[in-house]
Amino acid sequence: MIHNKTMIDQRPAPKSTIGPMAWLRGNLFNGPVNTLFTLVGLYVLYLLVVPTVQWAIIDANWVGTTREDCTREGACWVFVKARFTQFIYGLYPRSELWRANIVFVGFFALIAWLAIPRLPLKRWVAVFALVVFPVIAYVLLHGGHFGLPRVPTHRWGGLMLTLLLASVGMIGALPIGIVLALGRRSSMPIVKSFSVVFIEFWRGVPLITVLFMASVMLPLFLPSDLSVDRLIRALIGITLFQSAYMAEVIRGGLQAIPRGQDEAAAALGMTYWKRMGLIVMPQALKMMIPGIVNTFISLFKDTTLVMIIGLFDLLGIVQAALSDSRWLGFSLEGYVFAAFVFWIFCFSMSRYSQYLERRLNTGHKR
Amino acid sequence: MSARPTARPVGHKPPFWRDRAKRALIFQVLVVAAVAVFLLYIVGNTQQNLAARGITTGFGFLDNTAGFGIVQSLIDYSSQSTYGRTFFVGLLNTLLVGGLGVLAATIIGFVVGIARLSPNWLIAKLAAAYIETFRNIPLLLQIFFWYFAVLRTLPGARDSMSLGEVIFLNVRGLYLPKPLFESGFGLIPAAFLVAIVASIALLVWNKRRHEATGKRLPAYWIALLLLIGLPLLVLLATGVPITWDVPALGGFNFRGGVTVIPEFLALWLALSIYTASFIAEIVRSGIQAISHGQTEAAQALSLPRNLILRLVVVPQAMRVIIPPLTSQYLNLIKNSSLATAIGYPDLVSVFAGTTLNQTGQAIEVIAMTMAVYLTISLTVSMFMNWFNARVALVER
Repeated sequence: MIHNKTMIDQRPAPKSTIGPMAWLRGNLFNGPVNTLFTLVGLYVLYLLVVPTVQWAIIDANWVGTTREDCTREGACWVFVKARFTQFIYGLYPRSELWRANIVFVGFFALIAWLAIPRLPLKRWVAVFALVVFPVIAYVLLHGGHFGLPRVPTHRWGGLMLTLLLASVGMIGALPIGIVLALGRRSSMPIVKSFSVVFIEFWRGVPLITVLFMASVMLPLFLPSDLSVDRLIRALIGITLFQSAYMAEVIRGGLQAIPRGQDEAAAALGMTYWKRMGLIVMPQALKMMIPGIVNTFISLFKDTTLVMIIGLFDLLGIVQAALSDSRWLGFSLEGYVFAAFVFWIFCFSMSRYSQYLERRLNTGHKR
Repeated sequence: MSARPTARPVGHKPPFWRDRAKRALIFQVLVVAAVAVFLLYIVGNTQQNLAARGITTGFGFLDNTAGFGIVQSLIDYSSQSTYGRTFFVGLLNTLLVGGLGVLAATIIGFVVGIARLSPNWLIAKLAAAYIETFRNIPLLLQIFFWYFAVLRTLPGARDSMSLGEVIFLNVRGLYLPKPLFESGFGLIPAAFLVAIVASIALLVWNKRRHEATGKRLPAYWIALLLLIGLPLLVLLATGVPITWDVPALGGFNFRGGVTVIPEFLALWLALSIYTASFIAEIVRSGIQAISHGQTEAAQALSLPRNLILRLVVVPQAMRVIIPPLTSQYLNLIKNSSLATAIGYPDLVSVFAGTTLNQTGQAIEVIAMTMAVYLTISLTVSMFMNWFNARVALVER
């Protein structure tokens, strides 16, 4: 131990490096060019923020039920308020909304359970969320059993349909994606080439042609006496499309696992499926979660395309409400509301995925 | 110690289901059989369904008269043209909005991406706000916003907004002056070509000279001067052989000039702004991927700042940036198919939309449409693989 008894007294940091003035000088006004940038930036901010706040909050109309209540200059949020139930549930019968609400609560509770790292029993909750919950949700939403009146799928809509399309597409794409990713990494030439062709095909075409194909060509592919619901057709298209992207994410995760892991498992005499299921996949899946969340975000945004084939997701129902003759001319309010909802979902998911990336950075990265 | 495993008798073969090669073979045969059965099932059903609906298959319909007009066309087109021609009109419109979208998205994306790394706190935060706003809102919603909430609410032709009485913007679109080239204009492209050749020669010469003697000219600036100056000089020398066809209000609408339809404007704006937010993130991560040690090492060699950027940082950052950048370009071109939602006449809209509805030839039309996108995607990814192989780090 070295004790240095002759230390000089500590002195405070120079004035020019602490305090808000120094921060301003260091970050905004260091040099003429930066000062100019700051002033231009402030002006741009002024041009953007002031009219927006004025329109959306200060001059906005908040109370009322009809368009006549919108007397002030700014936004007419009365329109969104009047249509709110529709925007969330679509044309779902008002008396049955409790069913949709139960599904909503269950959905968000499961997601929260899976997303918060401290909560236990992750594996069982995940199995429940991926296998059991979809069945419960279907029974509740569709009805026709246990004395629940049937609600045909064309009455489903709004945010509920958006979440449903994205989640079902995701859950359906996961197993197909795993099979495709394993196939693409397989040493069997035929299996490999089938996987490559399948993946590259779906990744190479826009979702909208896939949806057109699902809605126009799928009925041709099936026996004529078998008619498939429009929602199911869209779901099939979305799932196939998504599975190709999922396969690439999973392949990326598999590639990040060092070969030694697989070889060590093989040296212990494990079969292919044991090696994959017990050694490689558990490690790889953990690393894939950020990638999976990211593809989920794009899928979530892409579900808006189903309005082109006549389903009323959140954007579709907003668009439909805009052409209501009682509420003409409020397109800005409608779009801002829809954009806000989508933004909340996507932004929080992307933040979560960034947080995971930091948390999961367990040294596999070179 | 346990007994050693008894050696297998010589000549004894394991059962075939334990032989890896045979098992793989059997599995693959099964896969092929399953796919074949599935395809046969689909083809059989399709033939039955087509027969029941009285649709004849084949591409003969491409020679039939389309009978509908298209609002924007880069080649000659009228309602008397064939369906085959609608295909090309749609394809060219897709490529037009795709190409201009790529250009604008690249410019906005690089500016925002570099601004995101600015030492100026305000500028960096503004860039971050741009990125987080636009990348988290669905593209279709943004297209609708620009089309229905902005461009459709513009004033009519009589109250158009104008910029210096030559550019007009109203609910029917954007009206730009159109250059009319007079005789003698051909010299200007020629001068431009000469300037390109001279610039390349200059750069090569400069590089050789630099390697031989260590001296270098500011060749990029000279080349830029050549590229702009020479055509300009010729333009002035020939007495500016261009006249402008300025749009003018006649009756209820504008006559003359170039009309940019609002559908194009909305799609182009939304595609560029949306994709730029992704490109900005790519640019940022590409620049951040270059470790600070590289810059410091270059400084230690006393390279000037512009050379550090040009010779050390940018080439390495590009290696990281280009692959995801190309996939964003591909996304942009695929996303341009959303045109159909606002009626911009792109491939999906006029061909997979109108033509499909009129002819009922679902299989052929969808197959042709998908083939176009697949061709573009595969070509670009082939380029990307080539590029990756070329610039990949050679690890020792």
